[in-house]
Amino acid sequence: MAQKTILRKPRGFIDVYKHKPGAEKDRTHYCPGCGHGILHKLIAEALEDFDIVDKTIVISPVGCSVFAYYYFHTGNLQVPHGRAPAVATSVSRANPDSVVISYQGDGDLAAIGGNNILQAANRGENMVVFFVNNAIYGMTGGQMAPTTLEGQITTTTPYGRNVKTDGYPIQVCEIINQLTAPVYVVRTSLHDMPNIRKTRAAVRKAISNARDKKGFSFVEVLSMCPSGWKMDSVPAQEWIKENMIPRFPLETFRDDSEDTPAIERPVPVMDPDEVKRILEYSALSDSNLEKNPDAAFEKVAVRIAGFGGQGIMSAGIALANVGMEYGYNVSWLPSYGPEMRGGTANCSVKIQSDTVGASECTEPNMVIAMNQPSLEKFEKILVPGGALIYNSTLIDIEPTRTDVEVYPIPITGIADELGNTRVQSMVSVGAFAAVTEMFDPGEIENLMTSLFKGKSDKVMKLNEKAVRKGYEYVKENFS
Amino acid sequence: MNENRKYPFSEIDPDICKGCGLCVASCPKGVLVISDKLNSKGFHFSEYVGEGCIGCGNCFYTCPEPSAVTVYLRNYVPEEVS
Repeated sequence: MAQKTILRKPRGFIDVYKHKPGAEKDRTHYCPGCGHGILHKLIAEALEDFDIVDKTIVISPVGCSVFAYYYFHTGNLQVPHGRAPAVATSVSRANPDSVVISYQGDGDLAAIGGNNILQAANRGENMVVFFVNNAIYGMTGGQMAPTTLEGQITTTTPYGRNVKTDGYPIQVCEIINQLTAPVYVVRTSLHDMPNIRKTRAAVRKAISNARDKKGFSFVEVLSMCPSGWKMDSVPAQEWIKENMIPRFPLETFRDDSEDTPAIERPVPVMDPDEVKRILEYSALSDSNLEKNPDAAFEKVAVRIAGFGGQGIMSAGIALANVGMEYGYNVSWLPSYGPEMRGGTANCSVKIQSDTVGASECTEPNMVIAMNQPSLEKFEKILVPGGALIYNSTLIDIEPTRTDVEVYPIPITGIADELGNTRVQSMVSVGAFAAVTEMFDPGEIENLMTSLFKGKSDKVMKLNEKAVRKGYEYVKENFS
Repeated sequence: MNENRKYPFSEIDPDICKGCGLCVASCPKGVLVISDKLNSKGFHFSEYVGEGCIGCGNCFYTCPEPSAVTVYLRNYVPEEVS
């Protein structure tokens, strides 16, 4: 890098802060003497000097630095409180060549996001975390933070932080340093020029670690909050030196930057054929079923609902799988309470030729209601002209809708006659095939081995019969 | 900018400066002062007294406002700007 001849606003910043509302597009929103601006400048300078502004993504937290995206001329995301390391993880994994920076304050990182930071550090995600520690919640008006010092007066500790009731200031670097994965863990300070220069060196090392894919770097920076501490800027620097450093010693806790090789992670499998092979889904590649061009439905968005244990989910999965065998695009989205059996359950299934967008059926053109509460709940959202299939064995009431096709079918009764109520899900699959004319029951029977992989012949035969019975009931009663 | 000025020197944008005084405290030569004047935002801004700058860059690195301070270093050549 050529020697600098001028020190001016680094190119890591946006020239004019066009995303910032109001008239002041030329200065930050930070209070006079705030440490954020200093750290911002050190980061922006490093990004320019390393020529990586365009490949950097900064994650803004919640806190005073929530608007970091006004300033950095990088990719920017602003994320929910404390979640920056989780979002940074996904960004880093999806874009492994990017330099990902998670910029967080002490309330964000050490309180609500306490576990997020530990897990990201423990996974050794390739990112830099800048942790700005000013021992207070600045943005919200100076409340006690996890890092507030013993005896420190804040708006929520007017008599000073009492460790008997409020616990001790959390030393995050020391905690991160207990983990195996991080490569670089350091605490620096902005309280005077020598330490600002040390911070600059730490910022540059951490960012170059991310650029070189070395893994997780954690830089804690002790920073002034003159507004929150209710003092002038220069005394605030003195306050860091006298009060913060004894509890938060400035130290390089770990530096394995030199010896750590670039991270190599297994590449996710994105090839559909490879996924099918891994899932042993040979039936899919073997089946060459033809779609019925004369089907009554071109596309189906069906909501299947009933008691947990009625085979709601398996009916949905079966429909989606059969649809896939016919070459449709399909989706299946379950929705159920914490109970495995009992309670209520429903699922959304989409089967269509064009691409599936949202997988939840908020406006279904078919509802399969297996019990009365489901009928009452879901008939309301059925689109006019849609099909309403309901289980007349268990439902005594009549549907209220008159602008839809209604198919009362004794689904549980048919299954019971076959000797096992558990096959009612396949009865509804047969009924679906008859109503939509999208599937042929004989062809569904040929798919039993893939639908019920590993089950006995007896189970498959019973399910075959159930499909056939459901299909025939519709054909005999509603044609 | 005065073309006859000697490098290095520090230039502070009076309208961007918020008058926190960190640069004044960090200057080893004591050549930065808080002005008696107010800027358009009502801050007593910081300014260079006009001589004595050694180009250490302290004021630049300690300033929390990205575009308030510019330091033209000893080896600066004016043509570079254009």
